[in-house]
Amino acid sequence: MSLAQELHYIGPALALFVGAGVVLFADVLSGRRAPRWGLTLAALAVALAWTFVLAMDGDARGEALSGAVRVDAFSIYFAFLLVGVTLAVVLCAKRWADSIEQGAEFYGLLLISAASMVLLAQGNDLITIFVALETTSIAQFIMAGLARTDRSAEAGLKYLLTGSVAAAVLLYGFAFLFGMAGSTSLPVVAEYVASAPESGRLPLLLAFVFIIGGFGYKMALAPFHAWVPDVYQGAPSIVGSFLSVASKAAGFAVALRVFYTGLGGGDSFMAEDWAIFVAVIAGLSMIFGNTGALLQTNAKRLLGYSSVAQAGNVAVGFAAVAAGSTIGPSGVLFFLGTYAVTNLGAFIAVHVVAERLGTEEIADYAGLSRRSPALAAVLSLCLISLTGIPPTAGFIAKVYIFNAAVQTGHDWLVVLVAVAVVNTAISAFYYLRWVRTMWMDDPVEETRFQPAGAVQVVLLLSGFGVLLFGVWPGPLINAARSAAETLSIL
Amino acid sequence: MIPIENFLILSALLFAIGFYGVMARRSAILILMSVELMLAAVAINFIAFATYLDADAFSGLVFALFVITVAAAEVGLALGIVLRLYRERRTANVDEADSLKW
Repeated sequence: MSLAQELHYIGPALALFVGAGVVLFADVLSGRRAPRWGLTLAALAVALAWTFVLAMDGDARGEALSGAVRVDAFSIYFAFLLVGVTLAVVLCAKRWADSIEQGAEFYGLLLISAASMVLLAQGNDLITIFVALETTSIAQFIMAGLARTDRSAEAGLKYLLTGSVAAAVLLYGFAFLFGMAGSTSLPVVAEYVASAPESGRLPLLLAFVFIIGGFGYKMALAPFHAWVPDVYQGAPSIVGSFLSVASKAAGFAVALRVFYTGLGGGDSFMAEDWAIFVAVIAGLSMIFGNTGALLQTNAKRLLGYSSVAQAGNVAVGFAAVAAGSTIGPSGVLFFLGTYAVTNLGAFIAVHVVAERLGTEEIADYAGLSRRSPALAAVLSLCLISLTGIPPTAGFIAKVYIFNAAVQTGHDWLVVLVAVAVVNTAISAFYYLRWVRTMWMDDPVEETRFQPAGAVQVVLLLSGFGVLLFGVWPGPLINAARSAAETLSIL
Repeated sequence: MIPIENFLILSALLFAIGFYGVMARRSAILILMSVELMLAAVAINFIAFATYLDADAFSGLVFALFVITVAAAEVGLALGIVLRLYRERRTANVDEADSLKW
């Protein structure tokens, strides 16, 4: 393969990495006097990465860098999603980044984190996956602790301590996988698993449990979720919006990659063993997430618990294994696509309110519909979509993923879907209570406010996306399906 | 040659001790040291497998190098955050870092 083609394959990640370097250097060279450069340069880098993603041939399939990364519809789907989210976050971060000393560092870290996530979705080798995972995590640890507040430092510390334990657990699983397959390359691991003797079942299962534990942390699944509410609440709200959408999507991307490309997915002789394990933690996530969210009064903390519950919904698709079928993963991809639009809208709305009104308490959202109607409308729409009520994207996503699980025909998946449906009803309580506060309660003061121009665009796009995918989900479903089909390589 | 089981048992013990340390210790510094034990256990595993498998499996050695590098980066960052927290709260005890709860 020619060098140009290899560079093209890792173009998006490369553009983001180089962009991060340029942002940091420009900051130093300008004597830290021009924070505005940070935003412009970062936006340019992300836009460049976005063009690289769009320039990729959707049918391309191949490996680059001696098999370290893989390019296929799956990685392009996630590159598109992750770079898009990063662009939205960069556009909304201006006001906050200008207010802190380390504005340029924030943009730099954001780009590094995004670049590693794109690489993570492309990872074709356990080493690549581990290094990309740790690079994105370390950048996120710093971002979570970036604000000059006590809580931010605490969130950073908690995120880091739990994160490094999760990394060690994941690595322990990787070590066993390597020891059995004799290689870190996912295709070789796939060959080993496909022809593994029955005596390999127990050590493989051990490796699976460790790996799911490590990835479960990234995906915010219970019982590896304890960090989520703390970090979402303590970290700066714009960082929280990035974590809740991009980090979770990247976690699911790499988990699907390892379990479907590397371990044979539904075709492997052990598929049901790990799928039942995933189903159990999916159920736990929904239960812990929703019961935790019921009691919350802080908007960011509520979104943290809600994010755990939503991760449980997505994991239903992850657990939906069936021989020769990738309907479960396609559900994961579709759900993550709609979830990105929805949760980003909700989190950015919370970010705007925290910035303008200086409050994160849900009680202070009273009468938001009169103070900033558009903001309240978008936030309500996103919350309704998170609940899963038509005609929003969240409804279609839930129906699709639950249907996929039922279609695979395992009894235990039907039980899981039943748990999920009950949990959806529970979640309606706290999501809709928040919506009611915004529209029914009287505001304490009547002053009107509006988010900045770029933030308005992002919010409107997100609200529009929620409705669009709710009434016309066809294109996104097709994209998710063809992306999921490229997962299996044997 | 020492059988590979010995290395695996050593690494499992180290990993378990490290995990116990993470759960039982309350000082952020001691938790970090316990995480280091866990990562060292993983590195031993990789090196043992790489040595006992065929000669093509040197990617295990590369992996061990990356594990050590990342562990160093994590500790450096963690100490920075612990210092910041210590300056504000005069404690490195994770139980007292409790402003985020429920």
